[in-house]
Amino acid sequence: MTISANDAVRGKTGQGQPAPEQAEDTYLPGAAAEAVRKFGITAEDYMLPARHQIQMVDQDGNVKQYSDQGAEPGHEYPLPDDEELLAAYEQLVIGRRVNDQNSALVRQGRMAVYPSSHGQEACQVAAALCLADGDWMFPTYRDAVAVMARGVDPIQAMTIFRGDWHSGYDPLRHKVGIQCTPLTTQLLHAVGVAHAAKLRGEDTVVLAMCGDGATSEGDFHEALNFAAVFHLPVIFFVQNNQYAISVPLAHQSVAPSLAHKAVGYGMAGERVDGNDVVALLAVLDRAVKLAREGSGPLLVEAHTYRMQAHTNADDATRYRQDSEVAQWVARDPLSRMRAYLTDRGLLDDGGEARITEKAEAVATQLRSGLGEDVPVDPQDLFKYVFSKPTPQLREQSALLADELARDAASDTEATQ
Amino acid sequence: MSPTLTTSSEANGNVSSATARAAASAAASAETAGPQPVTMAKALNTAMLDAMRAEDSVLVFGEDVGMLGGVFRITDGLMKTFGEQRCFDTPLAESGIVGMAVGMAINGMRPVLEMQFDAFAYPAFEQIVSHVAKMHNRTKGRVRLPMVIRVPYAGGIGGVEHHCDSSESYYAHTAGLKVYTPATVADAYRMLREAIDSDDPVMFMEPKKLYWSRDLVDLQALRDEYEGKTGAATEGRAAVARSGTDATLIAYGPSVPTALAAAAAAAEEGRSLEVIDIRTIVPFDDETVAASVRKTGRAVVIAEAHGFASVSSEIVARVQERCFHHLAAPIRRVTGFDVPYPAPKLEHYYLPGVDRILDAVDDLQWEG
Repeated sequence: MTISANDAVRGKTGQGQPAPEQAEDTYLPGAAAEAVRKFGITAEDYMLPARHQIQMVDQDGNVKQYSDQGAEPGHEYPLPDDEELLAAYEQLVIGRRVNDQNSALVRQGRMAVYPSSHGQEACQVAAALCLADGDWMFPTYRDAVAVMARGVDPIQAMTIFRGDWHSGYDPLRHKVGIQCTPLTTQLLHAVGVAHAAKLRGEDTVVLAMCGDGATSEGDFHEALNFAAVFHLPVIFFVQNNQYAISVPLAHQSVAPSLAHKAVGYGMAGERVDGNDVVALLAVLDRAVKLAREGSGPLLVEAHTYRMQAHTNADDATRYRQDSEVAQWVARDPLSRMRAYLTDRGLLDDGGEARITEKAEAVATQLRSGLGEDVPVDPQDLFKYVFSKPTPQLREQSALLADELARDAASDTEATQ
Repeated sequence: MSPTLTTSSEANGNVSSATARAAASAAASAETAGPQPVTMAKALNTAMLDAMRAEDSVLVFGEDVGMLGGVFRITDGLMKTFGEQRCFDTPLAESGIVGMAVGMAINGMRPVLEMQFDAFAYPAFEQIVSHVAKMHNRTKGRVRLPMVIRVPYAGGIGGVEHHCDSSESYYAHTAGLKVYTPATVADAYRMLREAIDSDDPVMFMEPKKLYWSRDLVDLQALRDEYEGKTGAATEGRAAVARSGTDATLIAYGPSVPTALAAAAAAAEEGRSLEVIDIRTIVPFDDETVAASVRKTGRAVVIAEAHGFASVSSEIVARVQERCFHHLAAPIRRVTGFDVPYPAPKLEHYYLPGVDRILDAVDDLQWEG
């Protein structure tokens, strides 16, 4: 089916005979039909990302001329308000502190592993701030800062990396899926949560996160296709940080951009500077609004950079040059935001100090919470496999209890 | 028109319906009273129909399950009865079907999925093993996934390749999945209702060669028994399908009728064989199986699946551990050979049959 240059659509924009609503729907699948009605552009122009990525504040903290921001008809983004930007900055500072504190804790052996989002904090923060309380987020293992920004207790968010259980927070209470290590499998869970909400007539929006390498996975394709076919309010948020461990994006995809993949599913795609929290909030806020209004799913690709190695077990010097990393230091999401807010008179030394103090408080909480030796209950092994343990699990639980009792008894004897 | 779904802020909880009982009994009154010849397909279909009436959050979806009613017609009429919101076709992508169901179950639904054929469920394997099976555990019980994955499985239907796999061992090996497999028409109804009502995910393995087998069954009585909670639960309880004293044949799903036929043939030769129908592979009923083998002192385990590293090898190990001093002979197995499921003209060489079972029984070191 040809989607672009559709007569029915042109009719709608006043370039020919207006076609009846019914006819338009038969020509255009879900999202496209909605958008064409809403923005008066062709379905193709709606679904394809704008020619340039959306960037509103440059790397020195200056607001760009509107004409240079990447906006086009149907891809128009107003500046987020000051209150939202200040809240975002506070979360950026906390997020950076959390990333660096956790990396230090790993080096000290107090955390098993930590995949740092240093350099990607703007994406982390915007992903959390764009959502309303009733909305859901489905994060990956590198999205702990986003999980915290969504309101999850820092220690609970880090449980997966502390190593005393797989997940430390209640996904239902926070409406945050558990941090997912198998790539893109969580995107389908996001689709299911949105589908269930839609069937009940709720206006929940779901934000599903993944990275650039993950777009090669089959579940990425299946999730986008399902969301589009069932016309669900899911925002697929791809943090393109350039590397899947060591493999650069060029080995994952030769698509013009990852956002271009949207058109293949009949949904809208957009590219945004992933180190510009202003542009990220503008793009994601609008995506959430469109999804909530019933425009179906959207794909947002944020162009960012993983400043550190994949994890502490990785050595990034084996596959990338220091000069490349240096280029991205200059594009740091925090310094540009600090400059922007200071220039606009929204942030002074006092404000900065208050935010730093909050970030230090979280770091202190992490140091003490992750430093302590958490008691683990070996019987927890059997408690949560099923809603009620099977006879076999009860047997195995008794076996372990007996083994531990005998160990304890022989320890007591030895000390007597 | 589909019934309105109950809005519930209690995500992941039960979305209950008060109108269900009345609707169910109204529909039931149209059925003829008393036992009738009923196929397993009809029993499964009725179980889903009744479960959907009882609970608005029960959804049925998969490939071709809507207008067509499934390639085996097991979901026949459900879309017509409940509307496209509650019974619907999905894009052709098994991982997508299972992954989406995980999200729906997180958000308060009870999805019942159809994998079209055993071997076509493999694209969903990662979702099943990494998420369906583990979500409850990973979240310390905070997230339950009450979902049923129906898998038409095993052979004996002359299917082309990838349509006849016995895939139950993959799932049984995975901690966190329950694995049910009915062998009778009445159990098909009871077990599917139990699976749908279970708070744990259930792999529901349907022996496709038994879909059109008929038993004399009173569906209304089964429904009353299940909904009135007057019948015994099937989960974790093997059934004694035939009583006997000389040896125990242990079987499940598609192999149960074969085991019964073997027992009938043995009876003509004066040998009394007991037949145990496992019913739920997970959780496993060690007690019933061990009690039978202690009584008879001899056992043959029968399964269509390859024998190596399988449910049948697990059963042998468990019986040996519990009944060693009661055994008069080593436990024998009659299973599929360790070869890929054969082409239709070769499958009768592969499948455990009555003769092969009787040969194994003859080998149980009988004296005199």
